[in-house]
Amino acid sequence: MEHIIRFSKVTKRFGDLVVLEELDFEVMAKERLVLIGSSGSGKSTILRILMTLEKPDSGFIEVEGESLWHMEKKGRIVPATEKHLRKMRKKIGMVFQHFHLFPHMTVLRNVTEAQIYVLGMSKEEARERALALLDMVGLSEKADQYPAQLSGGQKQRVAIARALAQRPQILLFDEVTSALDPELVGEVLKVLKDLAQEHEHTMLIVTHEMGFAREIADRICFLDKGRIIEKGPPSRIFTEPEMERTREFLRNYIEVSNAINGV
Amino acid sequence: MIVKWDFAWNILPVLLKAAITTLEATALGYAMALSLGLVLAIVRRSRVRAISWTAGGIIEFVRSTPFLIQLYFLYFILPNYGLTLPAFVTGILGLGIHYSAYTSEVYRAGIEGIPQGQWEAARSLNFTKLQIYRRIIIPQAIPPIVPALGNYLVGMIKDTPILSAIAVVEIMQRAKIIGSETFRYLEPITMVGIFFLLVSLVFSAFIRKVERGVSMDRRIEKAMEIKG
Ligand SMILES: Nc1ncnc2c1ncn2[C@@H]1O[C@H](COP(=O)(O)OP(=O)(O)OP(=O)(O)O)[C@@H](O)[C@H]1O
Ligand SMILES: [Mg+2]
Repeated sequence: MEHIIRFSKVTKRFGDLVVLEELDFEVMAKERLVLIGSSGSGKSTILRILMTLEKPDSGFIEVEGESLWHMEKKGRIVPATEKHLRKMRKKIGMVFQHFHLFPHMTVLRNVTEAQIYVLGMSKEEARERALALLDMVGLSEKADQYPAQLSGGQKQRVAIARALAQRPQILLFDEVTSALDPELVGEVLKVLKDLAQEHEHTMLIVTHEMGFAREIADRICFLDKGRIIEKGPPSRIFTEPEMERTREFLRNYIEVSNAINGV
Repeated sequence: MIVKWDFAWNILPVLLKAAITTLEATALGYAMALSLGLVLAIVRRSRVRAISWTAGGIIEFVRSTPFLIQLYFLYFILPNYGLTLPAFVTGILGLGIHYSAYTSEVYRAGIEGIPQGQWEAARSLNFTKLQIYRRIIIPQAIPPIVPALGNYLVGMIKDTPILSAIAVVEIMQRAKIIGSETFRYLEPITMVGIFFLLVSLVFSAFIRKVERGVSMDRRIEKAMEIKG
């Protein structure tokens, strides 16, 4: 299989803090990659750099064989212009922890707006597609409501439909259930599982839901202090992790979830 | 001094005519202040330093010099550089520019009140910068600042008498002319006062109506009505 994303020696700092350090990694086309790691290890930063919300300080990133943050101009490699970034962004969609729905638009318009003004689709086409996507996430009857009228789980499902409407090949999910009440987590995870089953997107998923990670992932990367220190299929990472840090992380995780579940 | 009602009645048409000038200058000046202020607020946020500093400089300059001086500058000094405009147009321009410096600050506060996540979501959907302002940020930034913007409408109409300094015959100037011709100031000046009072009340009511009309609560209510 061929890779669709490749990071080479990507470094990202915030002031003195090195968040990603010469990070190398690849994602295969159609792969479902789950990133795990403790808070502050750089998981969100990886997704945000891919979504062009954050600019790396050094290194190269390739998406579908094209450089993301650089471009060639007269035989030289120069920083990407906004035009280049817009071209690259077409391939990628992102769903955020806190949804970021547009509160002044109805659910339907949240899903049609970018189809109309970014993809240039007609209002009717956009509407039809939006309704189909809302149906897929189980929310077609909420089309005319505003985000403020929805539960967290419903908002997140709208956000997923909104991202899908732009037809990205690559989907980024940053802790999309972390802001939800526990009883609403399931409905969102179900949408993601259905999506993974019925479609062929490349998916990068950051999550603290280990059961879900195990179920959906083709591969798991464990991040520690801006480096991927362990990666492999979930069956191995969860049962026989090689690194002490990974073991410790998973052990903590299990203790915490046992405490929550009162075991 | 006793109010002469027949005198008041007689000067009413002339005053009303001048009142139209006042209202026109306010309407056009305010339209300009609203649009130019928005442009200034956006330009000021440019990532290009030279551009944002220029906008910031203009805003600072306009805010820290008296309106009268700005009017004189437009009316008496610009003609030296080949730009001669009628008094009325100069007055509108003056009001618009002066108040745009204030509205731009209001817009700025409104824009800064929009959470970062809105920009990021919009960016990830690949909207252009201009589309993000137009479709995502400004529609959310404006409803909360309607009262503050509205205050400047009331403020502006109360500043229109200053236009008399460049020979615009608005309502106050007309009242002064009547006074100097008839030696009676009581009626014209009182009537002008009442005019400003009434207009301010009407404006305030109008602003409250707009405020309610654009509020998110109202939209949600409507969405529920349609459904129910
Ligand atoms: N804009 C920023 N300015 C300064 N520091 C930042 C910024 N964004 C992230 N950081 C820091 O970078 C580090 C990595 O952040 P990142 O959000 O990628 O971590 P994460 O693995 O997603 O953590 P979490 O599980 O808490 O979401 C953290 O220490 C964070 O405080
Ligand atoms: Mg994070």
